[in-house]
Amino acid sequence: MEYEIKRTHQFRLDLRELWEFRELLYFFTLRDIKIKYKQTVLGAAWAVLQPLLMMAIFTLFFSKSIHTAGELPYQLFVFSGLLLWNIFSSGISNAGNSMVTNANIIKKIYFPRIIIPLSAILSTMLDFFMSLILFSGLLIYFGKFSMIFSLALWIFPALLITLLTSFGLGSLLAALNVKYRDFRYVIPFMVQVLLFLTPVIYPVSVLPSESLQWILNLNPLAGAIDIIRCAISGASLNWSLIATSFIGSLFLFALGIFYFRRTEYYFADLA
Amino acid sequence: MKPILEIEKISKKFRIAHELLPYLSLRERMVQMLSFRKTKSSEEFWALKDISFTVQAGDSVGIIGKNGAGKSTLLKILSRITPPSGGRIISRGRIASLLEVGTGFHPELTGRENIYLNGSILGMRQREIISKFDAIVDFSGVEKFLDTPLKHYSSGMQLRLAFAVSAFLEPEILVIDEVLAVGDAEFQKKCIGKLDEVSRSGRTILFVSHNLSVVRNHCNVGLVLKSGMMVKQGPVAECIDYYLGSMDSNTYGADSSVALFDPPAGNTMWINKIESRKNGQASSVFYTGDEISFKLNITCKQNLREPKIGLTFRNQEGMSILFTNNRFQMAEMDGTEFNGTSEITCNLGQIPLESGRYFVTFYLADDHKDHQVIENAMSFEVEQIDIWGRGQVPAKGVAPMWWPAKIHMKSVSKS
Repeated sequence: MEYEIKRTHQFRLDLRELWEFRELLYFFTLRDIKIKYKQTVLGAAWAVLQPLLMMAIFTLFFSKSIHTAGELPYQLFVFSGLLLWNIFSSGISNAGNSMVTNANIIKKIYFPRIIIPLSAILSTMLDFFMSLILFSGLLIYFGKFSMIFSLALWIFPALLITLLTSFGLGSLLAALNVKYRDFRYVIPFMVQVLLFLTPVIYPVSVLPSESLQWILNLNPLAGAIDIIRCAISGASLNWSLIATSFIGSLFLFALGIFYFRRTEYYFADLA
Repeated sequence: MKPILEIEKISKKFRIAHELLPYLSLRERMVQMLSFRKTKSSEEFWALKDISFTVQAGDSVGIIGKNGAGKSTLLKILSRITPPSGGRIISRGRIASLLEVGTGFHPELTGRENIYLNGSILGMRQREIISKFDAIVDFSGVEKFLDTPLKHYSSGMQLRLAFAVSAFLEPEILVIDEVLAVGDAEFQKKCIGKLDEVSRSGRTILFVSHNLSVVRNHCNVGLVLKSGMMVKQGPVAECIDYYLGSMDSNTYGADSSVALFDPPAGNTMWINKIESRKNGQASSVFYTGDEISFKLNITCKQNLREPKIGLTFRNQEGMSILFTNNRFQMAEMDGTEFNGTSEITCNLGQIPLESGRYFVTFYLADDHKDHQVIENAMSFEVEQIDIWGRGQVPAKGVAPMWWPAKIHMKSVSKS
């Protein structure tokens, strides 16, 4: 085995190296999941309680005033949004801060740095699966048992779009956060703002103008959430929206990885 | 056979922003805001400059140099943590770096979980960790607390666990930074034993330490860095001697072996010159066990039967560790009258001190009063070695046990 260490500023993806470090990715993800609920009384039940409580609150305030398309009860409408939104919001805030919180490790040892934001995103999956189970329970409760199968199929493209978006944005923020610590304050603010700019608690149709609706639909999460809502309400899929979202998520994914790998060489010096 | 590591003209540049004084900075910033112009200046700083050397498989390389000489930067480049600004390294083996023990340890995770996490961070395969797990636990001696969160461990236990994981790394090239400087004496002994084992098994080691005796005993090749440059490479003993010699040649300012003093106004007696000596030769760098003596040149304007001369040793923390004078301890006298210039030799015998820098305060008095006190008139450096030839060096923190001194006085001229 022979290799060279030299000055590198160019972008390189190096998937082979990433594959070599797959076990480390597994252990980092496991760590993030384990420490999340250590020393809590309810433990992983929080993963279920959080979206349930949020659903209850949103239902209390908006179920009368917001008209949802089709026969979808507002509870299911908002929970389907939260299902993906929670991956995105905790994903980008964990990933965005991950390089700074793991600074002591990246200063002392080498491994492909991208593993850190990647594990931050992957560690949201446990919460997601728990709330997915709860969501299936809710479907049964609202008499939509037959929709579970269509959900089981359409959850995958929706999840893919959400993960690509979260990882792209998360790794971009992680890299920026190393250099400009302003992003530590930007991230929570951004998550807050985005909750209202994403059709999680309202349908895009509440907006009066077509062009505003079009802008909101540029958000890849809009398409991902729409996929699930169509799947559980039996409405026909909006293919152009899905295509836009998928392309948008791929763009964010590529941008995030590109910027991260372009700048990772100086992380240990600045973190 | 091709060398396992080829380091070719490695350089590392940092940019340092000039920070101005606080009050200036505020003004500067306001000016900046008003003029929309960047006035912040930055300067380039070369942490390493054109370092080239090769390492043969099986070598143990000791990298020595003062703080800031670039040792850690070199190790960081070798471990790929930070890229060089220029040059390249060709490696023909898997490098594992140990710049710290217990990297990635998480206080909330149990001992068992941390073994897996830390092992994986250090580059071990999961299979490898599983197969070595029992040995790691055994070596660490924390088997009773394996399923307890790490935060409930004592710091000593954490350290033992951390080192135990590191000890089972088996790369072709191992890069170690000063990790042996922590822990108690027993722990250090364990670490050094392991280091020996690794180097005997034919692996290549690059090792940074301030403990020169460890470097001397465990490395065969040395490398001396000074302000980012490589100033010496060769057999380890030569490098250590070179390093100590270069420290002697007055790089600290106050630590040359000779100190000269101006006569204070109005005094009737004063010290002109002090010279520190190692085995009779001027030096300010010593190994533990070397003969240390001070040669003073003093002037008395009045005839004294026996001037009083004392000295105090302080360590780096300012703690007084020795105080003596020629009234406490009977001096050997050459002549009975001290008038004019006299030479005084204080022979303090073999130094029983541990590594560190020591400061000496001298004072000159007669029966009635102190005439001159020179605080920290000299300083000298001690490097601990294995003086008993047992392959062991006592841990830091051992106070001098015993210190007989002989003071010899001789008048050389009369005024």
